[in-house]
Amino acid sequence: MAQITFINADGSSKEVHVEAGTTVMQAAMDNGIDGIIAECGGACSCATCHVYVDESWLPKLEEPSSIEQDMIECVLEPEDNSRLSCQIVVSEDLDGLVVRVPESQY
Amino acid sequence: MKDRHCIIIGGSHAAAQLAPSLRQNGWDSDITIIGAEPVLPYHRPPLSKTYLSGDKNIHDILIRPHSFYTDNDIHTMLGDRAESIDRKRKVVVMADGAEIPYTKLALTTGSHVRKIGLPGVDLGGVFYLRELDDVDRIRHYVGRGKKAVIVGGGYIGLETAAALRKLGMDVTVLEALPRVLQRVTAPEVSAFYTRIHREEGVDIVTDTAIGSIQGNGDVNAVTCQDGTVLDADLVIIGIGILPATELAGNAGLEVDNGIVVDEFARTSDHDIVAAGDCTYHYNPIYDRHLRLESVQNAVDQAKVAAATLCGKLEPYSALPWFWSDQYDLKLQIAGLSQGFDQVIIRGDIETSRSFAAFYLREGKLIAVDAVNRPKEFMISKRALMHHFSPDPVKLADDSLKIQDVLKP
Ligand SMILES: Cc1cc2nc3c(=O)[nH]c(=O)nc-3n(C[C@H](O)[C@H](O)[C@H](O)COP(=O)(O)OP(=O)(O)OC[C@H]3O[C@@H](n4cnc5c(N)ncnc54)[C@H](O)[C@@H]3O)c2cc1C
Ligand code: FES
Repeated sequence: MAQITFINADGSSKEVHVEAGTTVMQAAMDNGIDGIIAECGGACSCATCHVYVDESWLPKLEEPSSIEQDMIECVLEPEDNSRLSCQIVVSEDLDGLVVRVPESQY
Repeated sequence: MKDRHCIIIGGSHAAAQLAPSLRQNGWDSDITIIGAEPVLPYHRPPLSKTYLSGDKNIHDILIRPHSFYTDNDIHTMLGDRAESIDRKRKVVVMADGAEIPYTKLALTTGSHVRKIGLPGVDLGGVFYLRELDDVDRIRHYVGRGKKAVIVGGGYIGLETAAALRKLGMDVTVLEALPRVLQRVTAPEVSAFYTRIHREEGVDIVTDTAIGSIQGNGDVNAVTCQDGTVLDADLVIIGIGILPATELAGNAGLEVDNGIVVDEFARTSDHDIVAAGDCTYHYNPIYDRHLRLESVQNAVDQAKVAAATLCGKLEPYSALPWFWSDQYDLKLQIAGLSQGFDQVIIRGDIETSRSFAAFYLREGKLIAVDAVNRPKEFMISKRALMHHFSPDPVKLADDSLKIQDVLKP
């Protein structure tokens, strides 16, 4: 199990506990984080699961694939810590992960 | 007002969005989802992709887990079919005769596969592919070195071919029209997919219609109308879908190539909304009525429908988009290409596996098919919303950044 904190665009936050092996996107869907839409269900096709990863956690994540990298560069408000949450697989190492949900996914 | 009840008929993408969106919009009374399939709403697209290939299981593809529905007080009646709607008495009548009263009703009945009446279509090993259960039954006929015939060269047929190929089957795709994907893409894109499937070892046969299916209990061959006989251990028919409008039609709601809804997802009875594959609706970006078969439409229209039921009228005006995964090809489609008068190809469509096809009409960009080109897809989505007229020469020039070419 790992704890993940979602910080919504309005400043409210939610801590959730998820099994290793699921994705951060699925954790958001399972716990009703409304700012994550995830239309393609994790196929890395829609970019409506965009999140900003807390800087201190970036070194612990695997590098994005080239497809993910290209998508991220074109989301609404890209930042250096932008990621597609469906591509982040939760592991024990990510226990405590903090991500911010953008204002809008389109 | 806690004694109200919203019933959602159909338990798939649209329903799985509509119910939580009702809660988000402040609906504090009962919500019930009635779904004929005996499973919680799941992602349907993987059925012809990662679920068929075995890379994902049912838990991976559920849209939300069971706990989400209980936590949000959303009742589910799964494996149950709504038989009719009595609008005068405002009740839904179930297959066993039980009546469930509603205050508001949402129809998310989706679509059915289009069936063909052919000799042999009822043999074992002959399937349509729409539901989880279809794929679970298809599995019994899958095997390395066995032969599969796919009837219909649309996206689902081609994805199925790719997944079965991955599982080691010998695959033939039969298409009655002169090219695969004929109804949805430009000839260049059809030629691209034909090339890739052949490179991957799939036999693509066009201009050839199926005539009959032979077998003894289980299928063993398919005979084409031109007399050719193909050995087959498995036949999957994917020749399109029809909107599920029977409930709506029998209840006297307006139906025309789908359940007719206004921009707020209301049917001709304003206590009843509809969303997803089953609707026929107006799209302001393309200024015409459409019936769409996509997750995007199911999700976005469901949000509008939920808002409407909560008294918030927000017109539906989303850009249609779609995707298809085959082999190492990630196709992302934005917009609708029907009616194009010019196609511009960016990248090497002849020999590589990465390009974008832009569809223009009277100089305006109306759609893009982007294969392994996420930037072209993402940037086009925005340009499409603005009816942008790109410079065709620059668009084709792969050395220019797409961000600079499609800058509105
Ligand atoms: C194999 C396959 C691959 C696909 N791939 C993609 C893709 O890559 N991208 C994409 O965007 N789209 C894809 N689609 C299309 C997409 O799945 C549909 O557009 C989407 O599922 C529509 O959702 P919906 O909720 O409107 O209806 P549906 O998913 O059709 O669901 C309707 C549900 O309602 C139930 N129902 C109907 N009538 C009743 C009744 N009277 N009582 C109770 N229940 C009832 C049905 O059993 C069904 O479960 C694919 C579809 C298939 C079949
Ligand atoms: S869910 Fe679609 S890209 Fe992540």
